[in-house]
Amino acid sequence: MAEAPASGPASTVAAGKSFWFSGKGAVAGIPYLWLFVFFLVPFAIVFRISLSEPMIAQPPYSPLFGADGSYQGSFFNYQLLFDDALFRGAYLNSLWVAGISTLVTLLIGYPMAYVIARARPLVRNLLLMAVMLPFWSSFLLRVYALKTIMADTGLVNGVLLNLGLIDAPIRMLQTDFALYVGISYTYLPFMILPLYATLERLDWSLVEAAEDLGCRPWKAFLLVTLPLSVPGMIAGAMLVFIPATGEFVIPNMLGASDTLMIGRMLWDTFFSERDWTLASSLAVVLLLLLVLPIMLFQIAESRREERA
Amino acid sequence: MSRRGGKVALLGLVTAGFAFLYLPLVVLVLFSFNGSKLVSVWGGWSTKWYLELFSNEQILNAAWLSLKIAMINATGATLLGTMAGLVLARFGRFGGRALFTGLIAAPLVMPDVIIGISLLLTFVSMEQFIGWPHGRGIDTILIAHITFSTAYVAIVVQSRASGLDRSIEEAALDLGARPITAFLLITLPMLAPALASGWLLAFTLSLDDLVIASFVSGPGSSTLPMVIFSKVRLGVTPEINALATLLIGAVALAAGAATWIQIRRSTKA
Repeated sequence: MAEAPASGPASTVAAGKSFWFSGKGAVAGIPYLWLFVFFLVPFAIVFRISLSEPMIAQPPYSPLFGADGSYQGSFFNYQLLFDDALFRGAYLNSLWVAGISTLVTLLIGYPMAYVIARARPLVRNLLLMAVMLPFWSSFLLRVYALKTIMADTGLVNGVLLNLGLIDAPIRMLQTDFALYVGISYTYLPFMILPLYATLERLDWSLVEAAEDLGCRPWKAFLLVTLPLSVPGMIAGAMLVFIPATGEFVIPNMLGASDTLMIGRMLWDTFFSERDWTLASSLAVVLLLLLVLPIMLFQIAESRREERA
Repeated sequence: MSRRGGKVALLGLVTAGFAFLYLPLVVLVLFSFNGSKLVSVWGGWSTKWYLELFSNEQILNAAWLSLKIAMINATGATLLGTMAGLVLARFGRFGGRALFTGLIAAPLVMPDVIIGISLLLTFVSMEQFIGWPHGRGIDTILIAHITFSTAYVAIVVQSRASGLDRSIEEAALDLGARPITAFLLITLPMLAPALASGWLLAFTLSLDDLVIASFVSGPGSSTLPMVIFSKVRLGVTPEINALATLLIGAVALAAGAATWIQIRRSTKA
């Protein structure tokens, strides 16, 4: 060998570089490049277009640089968003509706995940399958089914009227109640699965120890099981809360026409008003609001990864 | 509350939870056989909505298009997602790993409207600057679907790969197998169940997507969810119930088969 291998910090850098020029680098590079181009770069492009103004052109927004090369971008759209009480209200209401629905999903999902995790292996697999099965059949069609169930002339009102329990149909569709039901229903599996994964790995001997030492079952649950299942609760809550905040289909099909949900306003701004630049700024602000929950989710995910 | 009382209450809660999950499916199936068009009226058993479904060319064309997209997407996402999953499970630390983990986790939770609008604007900008893609249609829907499906497949493959017993692979390597041979003959077969469930997951996600496809599709490439959405918006459409029943039947059949195989395996073992 003519040269001695480099030592110290230089070799660490070389090791870092050689990863990307080895076969492993190629395996990592392909999905990395794909996600970089089609997931990360698009955010930069949305931000860039949010700085333009709408224009009758192809594509329908003003260029960022004028013919003389001068910078023409502005925070015009953001100004519009912050000045308009409707948009502010929509952001707040989206966070509120997503928050309540996440809480409802947690309250329904926790006992289910608990029972599944404590069941015999065969029963456990069957119950897990039962949780997943609705998820595999179309989301859109299930929301549509909820619509027929909750309509004024729908199943629930029909049954209640026939039983004589009510005189006039209860209005459920086009209320926030319908949104809570719709979101909790469609996102329930996303809450149950991470909760189940955490509970299934829980060291149950700790709970037994607490009970042996005289703890009542519900107290052992509160003091041992519940705190240990917090990572699963966070992962599940984020899997429900984040997409629910930007949900479009559920507010569109179950909510009122003036429901203040940001996903729906973004859609209408884009498709009905054809204002691509305002829609882009709506997306950017929504993303900024969700950065914190997304980071929380990622921390929960990487903890899960470390444990695995 | 006594221990027994607590157990009964818990089981009651869980039963209610499952009833909540299944009531809408039952309603879809039941009303697909309703002779009356009204949900509140039972018009006797009838299969006329199935006949109507199979003579509705718009729905059939959209279903065929969606199936094609779902299959190509599932295959592409399984390829990319398997690579990504193996990188996460096996490659340890490397420069840029933190960003890579973020690029896999974020699509799982990112609201559809954000992914949809950002990809559409990306396609428009790309067309402006490099002349590709020409307009929007099947290819842009495919790119969008592969992008988010890859993340799901990666998670499924990662969790299987990190649970695998590496000693078998190491034995093959010690006995002189080249890394690629050991991968193809040992690792890949052991990963097969994860690849299969990843493929199915990607297939379902694609078949289910309304929002992202609406943003990135062009004229003449209406997928099945887009057609369903425009129909149910207009009012009650019983042939959609028939379609839903067929779908639920297919899913139940597949789930039943998977469970049966699982039970047979576990009793044999």
